[in-house]
Amino acid sequence: MDRPDKILHAVKRPRGGVNAKHLKITREKPVVRITAPEKVVIPMSQHIGAPCVPTVKVGDHVDIGQLIGDSDKFVSAPVHASVSGKVTAIGDVKNCAGQTVQAVTIENDGLGTVWAGIEPPKVDTKEDLIKAVRASGLVGMGGAGFPTSVKLSYKPEQNVDTLIVNAAECEPYIAVDYRECVDNSWDVLSGVYDLVDILHLDRVIIATEDDKSDALGILKNIADKDNNSDKNVVRLMALKAKYPQGAEKLMIQSATGRQVPAGKLPADVGCVVMNVASVAFLARYLKTGKPLVSRNATVSGDDIKEPNNVRFPIGTSVRDLVNFCGGFEEEPGKLIVGGPMMGFSIYDEDIPMLKNNNAVLAFKKSSKLIKKETACIHCGRCADACPMSLIPTDLEKLAKKGDAKGLSENGIMTCMECGSCAYSCPAGQPLVQYMKLGKSIVKKAGAK
Amino acid sequence: MTSENENKIIVTSSPHFHTSKTVRGIMADVIISLVPAIIASVVLFGYRSLLIEFVCVACCVLFEYISRLIMKRDVTVGDLSAVVTGILLALNMPVSIPLWMCVIGSFAAIVVAKQFFGGIGQNFVNPAITGRIVMLVSFSSAMTKWTAPLVWRTGVDAETTATPLSFLKHFTGDTSALPTLKEMFFGIRGGTIGETCAAALILGGIYLVARKIIKPVIPLCYIGTVAVIMLIAGKGSLTYVAYEILSGGLLLGAIFMATDYSTSPITTKGKIIYAVGCGIVTSVIRLFGNLPEGVSYSILLMNILVPHIESLTITKPFGTEKKKKEKKTEEAA
Repeated sequence: MDRPDKILHAVKRPRGGVNAKHLKITREKPVVRITAPEKVVIPMSQHIGAPCVPTVKVGDHVDIGQLIGDSDKFVSAPVHASVSGKVTAIGDVKNCAGQTVQAVTIENDGLGTVWAGIEPPKVDTKEDLIKAVRASGLVGMGGAGFPTSVKLSYKPEQNVDTLIVNAAECEPYIAVDYRECVDNSWDVLSGVYDLVDILHLDRVIIATEDDKSDALGILKNIADKDNNSDKNVVRLMALKAKYPQGAEKLMIQSATGRQVPAGKLPADVGCVVMNVASVAFLARYLKTGKPLVSRNATVSGDDIKEPNNVRFPIGTSVRDLVNFCGGFEEEPGKLIVGGPMMGFSIYDEDIPMLKNNNAVLAFKKSSKLIKKETACIHCGRCADACPMSLIPTDLEKLAKKGDAKGLSENGIMTCMECGSCAYSCPAGQPLVQYMKLGKSIVKKAGAK
Repeated sequence: MTSENENKIIVTSSPHFHTSKTVRGIMADVIISLVPAIIASVVLFGYRSLLIEFVCVACCVLFEYISRLIMKRDVTVGDLSAVVTGILLALNMPVSIPLWMCVIGSFAAIVVAKQFFGGIGQNFVNPAITGRIVMLVSFSSAMTKWTAPLVWRTGVDAETTATPLSFLKHFTGDTSALPTLKEMFFGIRGGTIGETCAAALILGGIYLVARKIIKPVIPLCYIGTVAVIMLIAGKGSLTYVAYEILSGGLLLGAIFMATDYSTSPITTKGKIIYAVGCGIVTSVIRLFGNLPEGVSYSILLMNILVPHIESLTITKPFGTEKKKKEKKTEEAA
């Protein structure tokens, strides 16, 4: 291995993908903290896995960082109060994906009292770390929301030697990971070193797209000067700016040349992939012990008056975030939580923003929000764009037929719903919708 | 759709962004790429070429419109695919073709080959080729009456000529009876109105590749296969190979008809098998068959095989490929 004086390039470039416009208009705006909203709605399920059970009752007083929901299941992550105040309701709400989830509503008393029980965790071993990460409520902040403690609970025989810090942020508009690298570069690197020390990793690769290589430059300068750099494990990698470079499996392939087998996890090829915001949070948590109660999101789109990057308490509504950014230019035609490629379009501004939501986008009615659907012309652009080497048009036809066997034989479960196929389709076919349908057909058939 | 949703917020599945490319845009690009061939047809064979093209396009669009109406389906003439079919069909006609035959050819192309099977994207054979073959079988003498190029300018009554292909069948190495290669390249030879001018067809092909409408793999493999087989058949004579490539409808077929989306495979591997198959069938018909030309039949035959080629060449999803050198390449990092 050579010294980190030069920035690495992908070992093996992924296939397919699309050249979507970047539109990162908030890129040069440092993150601003939102005025804490009057109330927050905190769902008990903000992650992949078992939902939490509320540990508070209506009428209880809670402080920032106090546990309000927990679960004894392995795949889960606890939730904490993000403002101080009184629990006014516990009931069902809709999340951005349209699912009904239980949520705790807290009325903000405006005092911002931090819970007295917060103290930095003692972490010496990997077991300590997993316990601490679990207690912090950390989930993958890049979008998927997979509990980080589960991610780190890999087995020794999996020989995990590589940490990949994902700062690709390949979705258009979103710029919070870039801001994390630029504004909190010290947190990112100290998080990296904490993980290297505790997990005994051989190398760390921080990867971003090459249009954000100034962020890499800043990280590199610190990495070069840092005392820890005698360990010489941190590498910086610039990927071609092409969606979906940040997809976990593609990132592992770009960084190491390893290919995660279908249905397996990154640890099976010796890798742990963490979002850059998760790593920076971890560093702060290990110092202060303050759990995951706030995060950053880009509020942008052509219908937002003052697009910005905002730090908000978990459970803040989309409405509060939009109002903080000057409100809408006009009545929006489409509201999206997440990026334009994989985000959820919502119809209700009261939907709460969660641990894994990195953007709110609003678009005018005049924007091209829907592409008219015409017949498939079998041009193959979807297959060319698919980074997973699938043939989406075939899968669409199988999904329409409800052919579970054909769908799984043609690899539908490999689809990560990145949207490259539907983006490239000249006929405007809603391919991702059919991929989702296809997956549910296969799951149902398997459950029988 | 938009009218009912005017005052509502739109909720759809992701992605919320799309490419600006549309089916109509793609078809418009194909039409642009055919403009050089259309101009060449007028220069070489006179204004009657333009009349044939007009009749074929008008009939194709009209038949598409009427059949969609009768079948109570969305009228899809706006996607311009019927215009493309009309132009391609016209380019496959000799200049002396009676216009009523063009109407029948257009009917076979649009109604029988395309709309009976569900319209754009659903047809399993290329409509223009089907139209041409129906005409070739029904009106064989009218379809193979070749007028000498450029004579329309002299005002003399059109004289008939043979196509270079009929000479090539009994090729002895003597090219005196044939047009020169330069004449062949610019289309000064007998043939259909659109197939003779190689320069115009290649120009159109380059435009299609540059606009990413087609990938060059099908034309190159198709023409390459014919070249290799003809090199063997001609006992190594490159002149013979050049004549074979520039003769008949090979360039028109390889660039514009074999690359039709609906009737060619999606994967690159599939495209190669398909194009090589086209090349072999074309060569076999030219070398051993009694037919005047093999391009249309070869493409039609390979069109029919596309579903089988596709099921044989399906790509392996990510993570299911053979585990080769995985552990080795990583250390290179």
